[in-house]
Amino acid sequence: MSALPMRQQVARALVGRFDEDPSLALVLAEISADLFASALRRHPARAVNVGIMEQTMVGVAAGFALEGFVPVVHTIAPFLAERSLEQLKLDFGYQRLHGLFVTVGGSYDYAESGATHFAPGDVAAVASVPGMRVVVPGTGAEAVTLVNDVLDRPSLTYLRTSTAENAESRTIAPGGLQRVRDGGGATVVAVGPLLDRVLAVTADLDVSVLYATTVAPLDGPTLRAAAGADVVVVEPFHEGTLAAEVTGALTDRPVRLTSIGVGREVIHRYGTPADHDRAHGLDEAGLRERIGRVAAGSRRAA
Amino acid sequence: MEAARRHLQELHRLIGLQTGDEKHAASATSALDVLYVLYEHVLRFDPVEPAWELRDRFLLSKGHGPMAFYAVLARQGFFPEAELERFLAWDGILGGHPDRLRVPGVEVSTGSLGHGLPMALGVAYALRAKRLTDQRVFVLTGDAELNEGTNWEAILHAGSRRLDNLTLIVVDNGSGTLQLGSLEAKLRPFGWDAETVGGRDHAALARSLRRRGSSPTAVVADLRVAT
Repeated sequence: MSALPMRQQVARALVGRFDEDPSLALVLAEISADLFASALRRHPARAVNVGIMEQTMVGVAAGFALEGFVPVVHTIAPFLAERSLEQLKLDFGYQRLHGLFVTVGGSYDYAESGATHFAPGDVAAVASVPGMRVVVPGTGAEAVTLVNDVLDRPSLTYLRTSTAENAESRTIAPGGLQRVRDGGGATVVAVGPLLDRVLAVTADLDVSVLYATTVAPLDGPTLRAAAGADVVVVEPFHEGTLAAEVTGALTDRPVRLTSIGVGREVIHRYGTPADHDRAHGLDEAGLRERIGRVAAGSRRAA
Repeated sequence: MEAARRHLQELHRLIGLQTGDEKHAASATSALDVLYVLYEHVLRFDPVEPAWELRDRFLLSKGHGPMAFYAVLARQGFFPEAELERFLAWDGILGGHPDRLRVPGVEVSTGSLGHGLPMALGVAYALRAKRLTDQRVFVLTGDAELNEGTNWEAILHAGSRRLDNLTLIVVDNGSGTLQLGSLEAKLRPFGWDAETVGGRDHAALARSLRRRGSSPTAVVADLRVAT
């Protein structure tokens, strides 16, 4: 594992693009100011650390967007997706402005900080904003591909980085679902960093696996072409977050959807993200049991 | 003076096209004199080309009671007077809170209080980044709107960073449940060049709005006595 963690790779890519492209703006609220120090120092007119004020951070970014800049905003997931949700909705969504919002600490990546720093509901929250794309890369290199896509073709995008990563990067097409394994029974949609675990526990099962890095809007045509009657979504945020996206794409057939994700109960523990994965059944043992059950049912039905 | 009186009369007629009243509620007219002075004597703009890059930016943060704003925009030629008669109608463009995607001359869609000043901060930074150093950003809030905490985030930031191209206009009619006392005295320690002027005193408003120094400026348009 010589590669930099995802968050650092994203920061390095953004700093590089920032030097080249005078139409980019960067707005931070203290978090990660060290990672973006060179941009803040070299381009103080369009790289601003507002201080600890996340709602104003989003408002300032909208001001840059109103003037034709593409603003990049970065902080910890709950303080953007939940504290500043109305700013995302009104300052960006309603006004049809573009921007790239990069978060860290989705779900329980800051396990040691406890539930004040958790955001398993971030994707459901931001996906409620009109026009918001949501991307969940599985590796640092994939994250950089998705960052460059937003900067090349501006949109309103929420990019959720993660401390968990897959061992290998895939050549992803932004916006698309990728077919990773073809099989006969159920179709498993694995989101971002959960792909490796899904592949490990389904190695001996007759299932198809689709890999999702863009989760909103979900790639309906690829899902329709691949899916049978049983669909399993394995998502690293609140369980059921993608249910409407999936069923909305499959209205042409009866479907049994099983959502596997983070449970709604607040776990009053610290530990590590792996500990929380285990508690929510998102470790290999939990996934093997739940996906296995669907696969067995799917075989019986066939 | 006579020209100003006639202009104000005309604006009242244009407000009446929206409200259907000859006498308007305070929310419709509290900002009227400030808006008149801004558009007649302070802002640089081109109604034929609302997105003219060299314009000054005006953000109505207090999206409530926008009839005076619409009247001023119509009077200045941003859209035909006939639009005023479709105020709040399904087939009109003028709503209870302004929509920048529908109304020429509206920089930002507002209504939910506490959004305008943070966005104005971003516009102020963006103008600097574009080297539009002569251009200014004006944002108008109500005194009660300043109960919203986001305003104080932005006030703290702008004062600390000396955003000298930003001007906050507070139309102060003492409407807040929590009385803020002297806004001028509250804004100064945050690094703002703040002063209070009569909210219907056109000469004082124009002079105060034109001020520009090394700090953000605030104009508290005092309506607590006169109305």
